[in-house]
Amino acid sequence: MQRMVINRILIGIVTLFVVSILVFVGTSILPGDVAEIVLGQAATPESLAAYRAERGLDQPLYIQFISWLQGMATGDLGISKAGGATISSLIDGRLGNTMYLAAIVAVISVPLSIALGLLAAMYPGTWIDRVLTFGTLSLISVPEFFIATFMVLILAVNLHWLPAISRISPDATFLEEMRGLAMPLITLIIVVSAQMIRMTRAGILNVMNSPYIEMAILKGVPRKRIILRHAFFNAIGPIVNVVALNLAYLVSGVVVVETIFAYPGLAKLMIDGVQTRDLPLVQACAMIFCGTYVVLIILADVAAILSNPRLRNPK
Amino acid sequence: MSELLEVRGLKIEAKKEDGTPIPIVKGVDFVVKAGQVVALIGESGSGKTTISLAALAYTRPGLEFCGGEVCLHGEDILTMPPLGQRNLRGNRVAYLAQSAAATFNPAITIGEQVTESAVLHGVLTQEEANIRAIELYGALELPDPELLGRRYPHQVSGGQLQRLMAAMALIGKPDLLVLDEPTTALDVTTQIEVLKAFKKVINEEGSAAIYVTHDLAVVAQVADHIVVLYSGEVQEQGSVEQIINNPQHPYTKRLMAAVKPKPTVDLASDAVDARHDREHDNVRVENMTAGYGGIIDGKPAITVLRDIDMSVENGHVVGVIGESGCGKSTLARVIAGLLAPAQGSISLDGKILPGNMLSRSRSELQKLQFVYQMADTALNPRQLIGDILGRPLQFYHGITGKENRRRVNELLELVELPIDFAERYQTELSGGQKQRVNLARALAAEPEVLLCDEVTSALDSIVSSNVIKLLSKLRDKTGVSFMFISHDLSTVASFADEIVVLYAGRVVEQGPVAKILAPPFHPYTRLLISSVPELRIGWLEETMGKREMAVGIARGVEITEVGCPFYNRCPMAIEGTCNLDTAPVHEPSSGHLIACHCSLEDIIAVEHETQQILKGFEGIGDKVDINPTGKAAVLTQEHF
Amino acid sequence: MTDNITSTGEEEEKTIYDELHDAPPKKKLKLTWVGKLGVTVVAFWVVMALIGPYIAPFHEADIIADDSYLPAFSTDSEGTYILGTDYLERDILSRIIWGARTTIGISFVATLLAYMMGVTLGIGAAVAGGWTDMILSRANDAILSLPSIMLGLLIVVALGTSIPILILTASLIYAASVFRIARALGQDIMVIDFVEAARVRGEGLWWVISREVLPNAAMPLATDFGLRLVFVVLFISSLSFLGLGIQPPAADWGSMVRQNLSGLGYGSYASVWPALAIASFTISINLIVDDISAKSGGSLAKKMI
Repeated sequence: MQRMVINRILIGIVTLFVVSILVFVGTSILPGDVAEIVLGQAATPESLAAYRAERGLDQPLYIQFISWLQGMATGDLGISKAGGATISSLIDGRLGNTMYLAAIVAVISVPLSIALGLLAAMYPGTWIDRVLTFGTLSLISVPEFFIATFMVLILAVNLHWLPAISRISPDATFLEEMRGLAMPLITLIIVVSAQMIRMTRAGILNVMNSPYIEMAILKGVPRKRIILRHAFFNAIGPIVNVVALNLAYLVSGVVVVETIFAYPGLAKLMIDGVQTRDLPLVQACAMIFCGTYVVLIILADVAAILSNPRLRNPK
Repeated sequence: MSELLEVRGLKIEAKKEDGTPIPIVKGVDFVVKAGQVVALIGESGSGKTTISLAALAYTRPGLEFCGGEVCLHGEDILTMPPLGQRNLRGNRVAYLAQSAAATFNPAITIGEQVTESAVLHGVLTQEEANIRAIELYGALELPDPELLGRRYPHQVSGGQLQRLMAAMALIGKPDLLVLDEPTTALDVTTQIEVLKAFKKVINEEGSAAIYVTHDLAVVAQVADHIVVLYSGEVQEQGSVEQIINNPQHPYTKRLMAAVKPKPTVDLASDAVDARHDREHDNVRVENMTAGYGGIIDGKPAITVLRDIDMSVENGHVVGVIGESGCGKSTLARVIAGLLAPAQGSISLDGKILPGNMLSRSRSELQKLQFVYQMADTALNPRQLIGDILGRPLQFYHGITGKENRRRVNELLELVELPIDFAERYQTELSGGQKQRVNLARALAAEPEVLLCDEVTSALDSIVSSNVIKLLSKLRDKTGVSFMFISHDLSTVASFADEIVVLYAGRVVEQGPVAKILAPPFHPYTRLLISSVPELRIGWLEETMGKREMAVGIARGVEITEVGCPFYNRCPMAIEGTCNLDTAPVHEPSSGHLIACHCSLEDIIAVEHETQQILKGFEGIGDKVDINPTGKAAVLTQEHF
Repeated sequence: MTDNITSTGEEEEKTIYDELHDAPPKKKLKLTWVGKLGVTVVAFWVVMALIGPYIAPFHEADIIADDSYLPAFSTDSEGTYILGTDYLERDILSRIIWGARTTIGISFVATLLAYMMGVTLGIGAAVAGGWTDMILSRANDAILSLPSIMLGLLIVVALGTSIPILILTASLIYAASVFRIARALGQDIMVIDFVEAARVRGEGLWWVISREVLPNAAMPLATDFGLRLVFVVLFISSLSFLGLGIQPPAADWGSMVRQNLSGLGYGSYASVWPALAIASFTISINLIVDDISAKSGGSLAKKMI
């Protein structure tokens, strides 16, 4: 089992490396090089050459890649085109904001989703199950911006309960802060939970067709115990996987949500960077997002391995 | 006074998609008296499992009760409220399923699963239940009763799980046990062990039982009363003596006829020898070693077969027997080229074949056809039967168009199936019909040798005996040679000319059927022969007294690197020799080979052994139950 | 044979006691009313995508009304705006009908391309195994481990926002997940005996893939196609919503939501209608898929007490 886990982590590291190549090469094919963008109108052939030499941009691509990778590893993310601020300083607060948002979403949606998913599986075919199934199906079928738009329409425009835009001022009280965050939070929780509820239910019902569930029924085991003890423990692997995948999905979910609510997070920073062609900034942000994603997926796989009783208790 | 369980006019239906009902059980009556074992016997599709589950007020999804009553102590359990039914299940009526491996929850410890129902129903506290579970493990002769509860299902063997399921059922002292084919999936040796344990605890606990099976020989050992079912109706019922010794109903007689007779010596073996009409064997395996994993110095990482020498003569049927895990299927796969041997050679008609099928020519592939055990998975569910049978004709012989269709029809007729089956998919056929198509596909290639891997193992006794009859006819009609693999000695004996006995990857004995089934025996062959259930009341007790049983059945197949692999199960094992050196081969008569360290004289002497030697083996098996008279230990010529 | 004497008797009995038919009854694909509703809605939008431009009251780019954000059923000299007008004084109903072709058409073509790439490589990797499988799978893992919207942003920004590039981007991103599914299916089927039977017969790779593996993977792949189409619709709509998808004046549902978002402040439902169009299409596809796959499980769960 240890070997499987180590194996999975090693594969993850390789994947991370391939991802970094993709991000680097992907952003390198953006039109115009950094020197031209930075110097803009003032560029002369001499100043361009000088800038390139200074930043190592005249080096072959693979050497640039290695030095970029070194920079990433040591926290030196380079210098943004905009005003020459270091990217670390730009990202610093933004990353915190995004993590804060994601953490609250995770803390609320994971237990909620698993509970609702189990509930639906416990009473299949009843109205509880039907409502949950149809509700979540509708929610996963619509784009995040649709849900966000509806939230704005109902909660901000019609009811005037919440502000349509999330601004966090440093001196806001916790309650004010939560009010400000409510819109993006609710949107993300809905989006992420819908998927997790469905997958939890499906994971349990998948196990429910096993002969050992029929045996449990024939032993007179009550419904609740069948779901919570007999089915859940066998479905844990897939469920953990779904949870991790959806937390990873938060990564792309925040892109749209931060844009709609003008939330000052990392994704917003990256979209801005894309629009202003701020190459080093986009590279750094993309690497952080993709890195988080890969790490979460590895964690999911490791959890699945660890939850398998056959692997945990060898013969 | 009311009986323990009374089933009256029970009707169960399935619903088609358009809502029309399909009757599955059509008005069944029978009674289970306290302390009595009632057997429900029939083929698959006869409704026997469905009826047995009615005793727990349960139907499988898609079925529903639609008439009659099932009364437990006079109370109809079908009309009980759901909570009442739940309290009944696992408490007053307990269920034992066919496949314990699938029925135990892989994520929960054995102890928790065994004690669960008793604790949930409030019959015992967890502590009391744990104590009782340990007692039951002991009674069922399971190893390490104290520690067993803490293990997970995948950590114990199949036979042990089957007995653990009995513990799970018995924990709450139920009034009635429902046993659904509890030994069908087991090897003969394991089956005896499990049957013995079941019978013992059922007697000790005094609970009544419904025993569902298609195997009359098993029923004869355990039942008091037999109910014969066909297509959801009772054909005949009566006491075990009456049904076994004096069956009245034609269907019961047919069931009896399908029970394979105890292996008998084929007197027509001379006729077989007359068929030597070629100078070469069809298939010859020489000094072959094979296994899985990378090969280093001619040794695979996991050796499954070791130093195999055998051949299939032209037009002959060679049966290969052994318990599961002995390498029977691997042998067929190596010959078919699905697994390249690490050492040794395979030759066809005197010409050495490449080990890997990819290097074999099309005509070499055509001459050797492999028939899979499970027709379900061997036939593509998305191809019409006509296309499945037509492809080898086209592929090997270039037959297309109308001629192809004509040959397909011939093939269907050859395996006794209607011609219109060509337009069907395999999912629309019954198990026996699929197996016939599976055989027809192999025959379509017009092979010289058919490699049949357990082709009857998944079938009921009647269907399986029909398939064997078909195989015999095919051999006579086509002159094809067979390698016939089975764990069931009586099936092999009824069909083969020669037998190869495999144990843990080695040939321990081989020769003509008549020689294999008569002494002298290899000790393993003797164990196998004595394990085949006989359709005779009292056979089980008699057999359990034999000493090869006492030592042999308690352990499973283990592949060893050195010595004789049968060492730890052999009543004649010589310590210091058998476990260290490879066994020498004796040839008691021409063509009959026995690999054993004991001298031929010793092997023959065993046949006349008495109580004295038996005593010397006390304590080798765990808690060996030795028949004090020792009468049954003498295996005489009359058995065959 | 030993049963010479009894054989005549048996022949007679054979007619009475045939081998019992133990095969399960044939399963037919039958939709519940929910599934049928889904089919109806999807069919409606497909028809709109095909004939929409011929039946829409106005052209998608016509700036015709007197005012922006007119409410539903407003009328002026040009006619009636059944769903009102948008921020540029265009008829919303007409734009939604035109948008069906853009949104559904582009998504469908992108999904189809994704399937062609994903299934070919996925089944190929499963059948070939070894190094081919190893390399393809690792490369695929890397693509999969980039969040799709992130990857889409990068490609679209780098190469511009033309419709062919949008289609290629979406198909490339989703080909990765199709690859994963096709490979898993292929691997499952490859180990079933009938595939081995074909290989030991000596059949070539092409036969094994086209006759043995693909027909058995077809049904699950078809179901997955529906789900994947939903993802592509959502993906392209999201890109459009971010202003990086389909460019004006072409109507597409995602950008219509974005463009009319400001109308919400004035109480206009201009952005709600296209959002509903997306939702009705994607929910309906999911309803069909759910209806088809629901039958496979859950029945034992109803036996719990």
